[in-house]
Amino acid sequence: MSDNGVNGKSARGDILIEVENLVKYFPVRGGLLQRVQAYVRAVDGVSFFVRKGETLGLVGESGCGKTTLGRSILRLIEPTSGEVRFEGKDIIGMRQSELKPMRRNMQIIFQDPFSSLDPRVPIGESIAEGLVIHNIGTKEERQEMVQDALQKVGLYPEHARRYPHEFSGGQRQRIGIARALVLQPKFIVCDEPVSALDVSIQSQVLNLLRRLQDEFGLTYLFIAHNLSVVEHISDRVAVMYLGKMVELASREELFRNPLHPYTLALMSAIPIPDPTVHRERIILKGDVPSPLNPPSGCRFHPRCPVAIDICSQIEPEFDEVSPGHWVACHRVSSAQP
Amino acid sequence: MDLHSETLLTMEEASQLQLVWKRFRRHRLALLGAVMLSIFVLAALFAPLLAPPVPRGANTTKVGLLPDPTAIDPINQHLPPGTKGHILGTDEVGRDILSRLLYGARVSLYVGLMATLGSESIGAIIGAISGYYGGVIDTIAMRVTDFMLTLPLLPILLVLSAMMAGRAPTAFARINYLIIILVAFGWMTSARLVRGVVLSLREQEFTEASKALGASDVRIILRHMLPNAIAPIIVNATLAVGGYIIVEAALSFLGFGVQPPTPSWGNMLTRVQDYMFQNPTLAIWPGLCIFLTVLSINFMGDGLRDALDPRMRSERVGGG
Repeated sequence: MSDNGVNGKSARGDILIEVENLVKYFPVRGGLLQRVQAYVRAVDGVSFFVRKGETLGLVGESGCGKTTLGRSILRLIEPTSGEVRFEGKDIIGMRQSELKPMRRNMQIIFQDPFSSLDPRVPIGESIAEGLVIHNIGTKEERQEMVQDALQKVGLYPEHARRYPHEFSGGQRQRIGIARALVLQPKFIVCDEPVSALDVSIQSQVLNLLRRLQDEFGLTYLFIAHNLSVVEHISDRVAVMYLGKMVELASREELFRNPLHPYTLALMSAIPIPDPTVHRERIILKGDVPSPLNPPSGCRFHPRCPVAIDICSQIEPEFDEVSPGHWVACHRVSSAQP
Repeated sequence: MDLHSETLLTMEEASQLQLVWKRFRRHRLALLGAVMLSIFVLAALFAPLLAPPVPRGANTTKVGLLPDPTAIDPINQHLPPGTKGHILGTDEVGRDILSRLLYGARVSLYVGLMATLGSESIGAIIGAISGYYGGVIDTIAMRVTDFMLTLPLLPILLVLSAMMAGRAPTAFARINYLIIILVAFGWMTSARLVRGVVLSLREQEFTEASKALGASDVRIILRHMLPNAIAPIIVNATLAVGGYIIVEAALSFLGFGVQPPTPSWGNMLTRVQDYMFQNPTLAIWPGLCIFLTVLSINFMGDGLRDALDPRMRSERVGGG
């Protein structure tokens, strides 16, 4: 089965990860018998691919499903349906025993540096955990690998014996990166790795991630809610709204020629560090609707400044309107056939 | 390099254990409790050396110079404290009270510590599994826990220990049966406690990090859940030790725990009712031992809770 997958995708050989129609519904239980009363549609049919060695930025408001998407890809959350192919192999259907060796290739860096390290484990042991689990090297070799990883992220080997509470937020984030790196993964999901950090530390960590990418040829899925950060690090950018992907394009294309009205609104919210520049802000009406009961048709239509009748009735397809530029919007599709 | 300048701000090397000890030391009462408990434990361990030897020929059945808390001496009943050879006097059948207290400490402390070890371990395992897996497993485990908690403990203990009494070949086996019964009905509190802690730990990102690294559930529970739940477990354990010593005393007092002539602090109190006015010290000594042991363990529990409190640690971090 997996052989077919590899052959089928050989034409697009540079694709590392391909996500197809990924869906994650969280059941909402209630009442006396804890019956399922509704579903939160956190991720609702998302498809995209990530090329080897590139960084795909993923932006969207809080609660739009970015984090759920990132974790479903790694099966830290079991998706409801859909496929995730890593180097052609579908990892959603894998049994736990098959999945374990795959985990070496796919790692994750977390948002909160204060909860991502076990407070009772010295950081050296935290970093070595992956090596122990996958039975890599002798004890001495592992120690060496840990010290090597610490140095790569800009910490001292002596730090291995210390506990997480002895480090600052930025240092902890680098420890988290070292833990992900030590298994020499190909793909890393960066789940808002700098959102919890001071601006001065943010750039340190971003530059570290870039340097490591160059050094080891890493592929990143970089989740963020800050467009400036995404612009800084991404090769391509995807925009999510309420569990759906609404636009996906290369960084230059997306920032020069944003097509989806939601992307336009996001762009207009980026502060420009020049008081003389005047720009029209697109202020969205209302709040993000509940993913429990998303709007009919295009999910963005109640807040969309250019919505027409069809938007509330039919869900727009995620179409490739120009090479490498996908948009899900009736207005764009009709304007640019 | 600016990357390294941050490291200068980190604390001096200090292991977790040293930090805990440092904070524990500051707690005066806890330290007092620890010292008192150590004295009791040492006294129990070295009972054969500390107890006065039985004078040759004093006992019709046992002859020798070994201390023997069961040696009966009908001539010397109810000797007052301070009598030569019997510092704390003798009881209603002429047994040396100090000997009985020392050997009784062995039984009481053994029951208290072993029952605590057993019930905390079982409770921790059940609680960790229940909290970590959640769902149906959690529901079943917690309903069973609730059910066990509703059972009236004392009548059940009385019935079970009476049933087990006939099957125990030796006094020691009987004590172990008693411990098993206490564990079987004592794990619920710690199970609930650990479940609560694990429920919150499960949502922390380090749990997901371990999963992403490929860690098995067993590894995550043993390496990450239980070590982080150790603080409430230890605190609960210190309270439980005192509780079990009292339950043992209560059962023995009612005649269903440790059977005479084997001394325990509880069964030393049993016969005292009849001699309350004739020789009140008979009640005072074992009562005082139980009281001081439970008190010292509770003091220690207070100190340990403070020493292991994560907020104490976050205070240190708060500045950074």
